[in-house]
Formats: sequence, structure tokens, C-alpha cells
Amino acid sequence: MAHAEPAFKLKIANLSLFVLYVNTTDMAQLKNQLDTRVNKTHNFFSNTPVALDLSAIANSNISPDFADLMSFMLDHGMHATGVIGGSTEQREAAVQSGLGLFPDTIVKPTVKTAPIPTTAPSITPNAEKNNAPELPEFGLTIETNNSNVLDSDTQRQNPVSQVPPTFRPTMIINKPVRTGQRIYAEGSNLVVLGVVNAGAELIADGDIHIYAPLRGRAIAGAQGNENARIFVHSLEAELISVAGCFKVFENGIPENLRGKPVQVHLNGSDLIIQPLLS
Amino acid sequence: MSKVIVVTSGKGGVGKTTTSASFSSGLALRGNKTVVIDFDVGLRNLDLIMGCERRVVYDIINVINGEVTLKQALIKDKNCDNLYILPASQTRDKDALNLEGVERILNELKESFDCIVCDSPAGIESGAFTAMYFADEALVVTNPEVSSVRDSDRILGILAAKSKRAVDGLDPVKEHLLITRYDPKRVEAGEMLSVTDIQEILRIPLIGVIPESESVLQASNAGTPAIHLDKSDVAEAYRDVVGRFMGDEGLPMRFVTVEKKSFFKRLLGGR
Ligand SMILES: Nc1ncnc2c1ncn2[C@@H]1O[C@H](COP(=O)(O)OP(=O)(O)OP(=O)(O)O)[C@@H](O)[C@H]1O
Ligand SMILES: [Mg+2]
Repeated sequence: MAHAEPAFKLKIANLSLFVLYVNTTDMAQLKNQLDTRVNKTHNFFSNTPVALDLSAIANSNISPDFADLMSFMLDHGMHATGVIGGSTEQREAAVQSGLGLFPDTIVKPTVKTAPIPTTAPSITPNAEKNNAPELPEFGLTIETNNSNVLDSDTQRQNPVSQVPPTFRPTMIINKPVRTGQRIYAEGSNLVVLGVVNAGAELIADGDIHIYAPLRGRAIAGAQGNENARIFVHSLEAELISVAGCFKVFENGIPENLRGKPVQVHLNGSDLIIQPLLS
Repeated sequence: MSKVIVVTSGKGGVGKTTTSASFSSGLALRGNKTVVIDFDVGLRNLDLIMGCERRVVYDIINVINGEVTLKQALIKDKNCDNLYILPASQTRDKDALNLEGVERILNELKESFDCIVCDSPAGIESGAFTAMYFADEALVVTNPEVSSVRDSDRILGILAAKSKRAVDGLDPVKEHLLITRYDPKRVEAGEMLSVTDIQEILRIPLIGVIPESESVLQASNAGTPAIHLDKSDVAEAYRDVVGRFMGDEGLPMRFVTVEKKSFFKRLLGGR
């Protein structure tokens, strides 16, 4: 045979992932609530990879029936891929059921402790200047996620607050984002000038601005920046999320927000959607 | 300069082949040397709608494999002098339709044709991709229902990101929205999306609206493209589409509202 092309390439990709936080070992209760929240007919999840975070039940000596939970989740369009945290027994049981193991603890980027350089360019047109939230830490978390295969875990544990923030220019998309398309502004803000249709997905590590209807999903602060915000010209979204806190609109968007210009931000763990008053 | 035009949709059964047949016939009637290619390998039916199925000897895959020349495979249309059909194979394996082979054929066709119309198969897999890859312009065929609009949206995304024009960084593929099987009565009753609803989602220029009509089935049974029908809304609508494509100005968008039985309104050409 002639000289073969490399048949594969192995890389660490920095994908955003849904995490299901398991707060109880009572699987009946969990399934029951999941059933109510994730309406099967709505097709919100469709073979979507989801990680199970077991930290809240790590002290229990009960291991959930993962096989059963996985098939229940699959039934709701969620494809359980692996577990985060949990006791040794629980992690063992997860592996037995064919789940993978994520590193024990996901270290959130320590955004809050990072010094804000006074010279930092104000690229975030935040509405409330007097009470300006800290700038998103461009590049901070990226540093820890370079495509370095083996030591990515250990690097993640390092305090990243000493790394001086680097500047990544805003990503600007000036055409429609359509069903099936996904845009990721890695380490930066994202500005979209065209319509974002149902089934399209925007992800940014910083803020997201959409000067058109948002009908798909928008995920800001994808690496955990809790100060990230979303600004939308016309809210018609399927999902919005800031730093992992998300909201789906199964029963439609409330009248006072639907089709309106809004901003979205986090207050603690509450996702706040506010009409933008001009 | 010759143009490659793909007729595509994502969703199946929305009227791509019906449109390819009438659109290519209309282009030929307007004096363009035109060829229409069936990319639906395994499910060919363009030849049925063009009424030339009995004259199919060779097909596009014979040409790609170098078994026959293009000239041998092209079939001359029975209604229009300027029109040729390149049929799909009914039996061969879909993978035989590779990008290099298709590019070679298109380049050869460009030497003698003004317009090359590609009838895409449904779906977003390799067949549909091959049909759209080399396109300069696209007719995105959409029915007034949510699933069809969604699929068109997806196809538009692929055209914008993965077509040869996109990959090579050339001017983007020129997109045209063609709404077919439009039934104003059902739209007014709220059972189907309106032209405005569809445009609001897809946001590309509208090239025409083809009404729902039984005459389409009759035409296809007769092996005559609908554009040749006498006194038919569908034929007129397709002629308008060809006109707009050719740059005719001031053609009103017809057949989008429920026909009022007013003789004068019709006389004045209003809606
Ligand atoms: N304007 C119309 N009014 C009524 N029926 C129509 C109209 N256009 C198409 N049809 C009918 O819809 C069916 C599908 O049409 P056609 O084969 O052109 O679609 P297609 O998109 O090419 O399908 P496929 O995806 O299978 O290739 C046919 O039965 C045809 O007669
Ligand atoms: Mg067809």
C-alpha cells in the first residue's frame, strides 16, 4: 500500500457541555422531576451529551443505578457521557455502566480574584457604567486549555489569577446564523448582526450581543465568567445561558419579554432577563 | 459566463424536481442554452417529469466513470430546442457521484451551455452536498410549513459555509427563495405559514410563489413540465420566476392572496 495519510488526529477540544447536577440518590424523585422539566415532546435535547455531576451525593454510600438513569435520560434526548466527582464506589459503578470519568473537580476559572488592569480597553458596552461589572477575563481560561493532551488537568488546578489578561478581539458575525450552525467566540465577546434562527447556537466566553432576533440558543460566559451578559434585540430564544445557568422556554417566552430588546445577566445563581428600556 | 444553479431544499417532496423541470424549460424558452442534471442517483425521476424516460441510455455516472462521452449521455428535450437533460442512474451506487467527477462534467458543460440546473436530492447528505457544492446560485424550494422552512434554513447555512464559493472565499452563492405548493386559503385560515412568515425566518430574496395545483400532477403524468401548461396558474408562476431570474423588473408577486371573484381586479392585474 502507498504511503497512508494520517487517519486521525488527537486533540483536546474545549467544548461546552451540559452538566446535570445530581442532588439526590433518590432516582425516582430525580427522574420524576427531570420528566417534568425536560418535556420529551419538545425535542429540546436530542442526543445531547450530558455529564453527571455527583459531588452533592459523594458522601452517600448509595450508588445510583446508572444504567437505568442513562436509558431514562436517553429517552429524554440526553446522552449521559460521564461523571464528575462522586465517591470511589459511585465512580466505579458509573464506569461499570459504560460512563467515562471526568477529572474529579472542575475548577472554575478564578475570574473574580483576577486584578482588573486599569488600562484595559472597555470593550464591553455595559449599560450600567457606574456599577460596571468586571471585565470578562479574556484569554485567562484559554491559557489553561491549550491543546496539550496530558497535563491539562493539572494545569487547571493552578491559580490562574496571576496570568495577565490578554486581549482577544470581539468576534463579529454579519450574516444569519442558521439551523445547525454553531458559532464559538473563544475567549472573547461575540456580536451577531444577522438573525439567529431556531436550531442555531451561539457560544462565547465573554458577552453576546445580537442585533436581530434570537430564535436559537445563546450561551455566554461559557467558561464560567459569571459577569458575562447577553444583549438581544428581539428575544425569541430557545435557550439562554450565562456561566452555566440556563433557562429554556418550553412554554414560550413571557409576554412582557417576547420579541423585546432584553439583557440577560446573573444575580447569584439566578438568571435575570430584563427589558432594555431605551 | 455560464451559471450553475442548484435547486435544493433539505426536505423531500417539496417540489424540487417539478421546479427543476419547469425552470430549466423556462430558461431555454427565453433563449438560454440550458442543461438540467438529475443528481438524485437511485431515485431518478426528472426524466419522467421531462417525459424522456424511454430515451435514457447512459447516465451521469457513465460519464463520470469515463465509459461514455457527455455528448452520448445528454438527451435533447422534446419541447425546447435549447434544452438538454443529463439523467441520473437508477441503479448505481450513490458514492460514484464524486466531487472531482462532477466538477469535470460541469466544466465541460460550461463550454457550451449558459445555464446548468442541478436537481438536488432531498436531505443534507453527500448527494445534496455534491449537487450544491459548485453552485453559483441556488433556488431554495420551500413549502409553507415549519419543517420545510427549518430544512431550508439548514441548507442555507451549508451553502453559506461549505459550498465551493464559501470555501474558496469567493462571492457567496446567490440565494433565491422559491415558495411552492402555496395555498392562500389555508394560509388565511392559519393552517400554513404565510409568505411574510417564511421571509421573516429565512431572510433571503423571494423569487416567486408557486400555487398548490392539481395540474402539477397531471403535467407530471403526461411527462410535460408544468410551465408548458395552458391557462395554468402554475405555468404562469414559473414563467414569472424565470423572468425575475433573467432580471425582468416590475413583475407583481401573483397567487399569494385568495382570489376574489372580481373580474375587474383580475383585469387590472391586481392581487
Ligand atoms: N405546485 C404544486 N402543486 C401541487 N402539487 C405539487 C406542486 N409541486 C409539486 N407537487 C407534487 O409534490 C410531489 C413532489 O414533487 P417533486 O417530486 O417535484 O418534489 P421533490 O422535492 O423533487 O421530491 P424529492 O425530495 O423526493 O426529490 C409530486 O407529487 C408533485 O406532483
Ligand atoms: Mg426530486
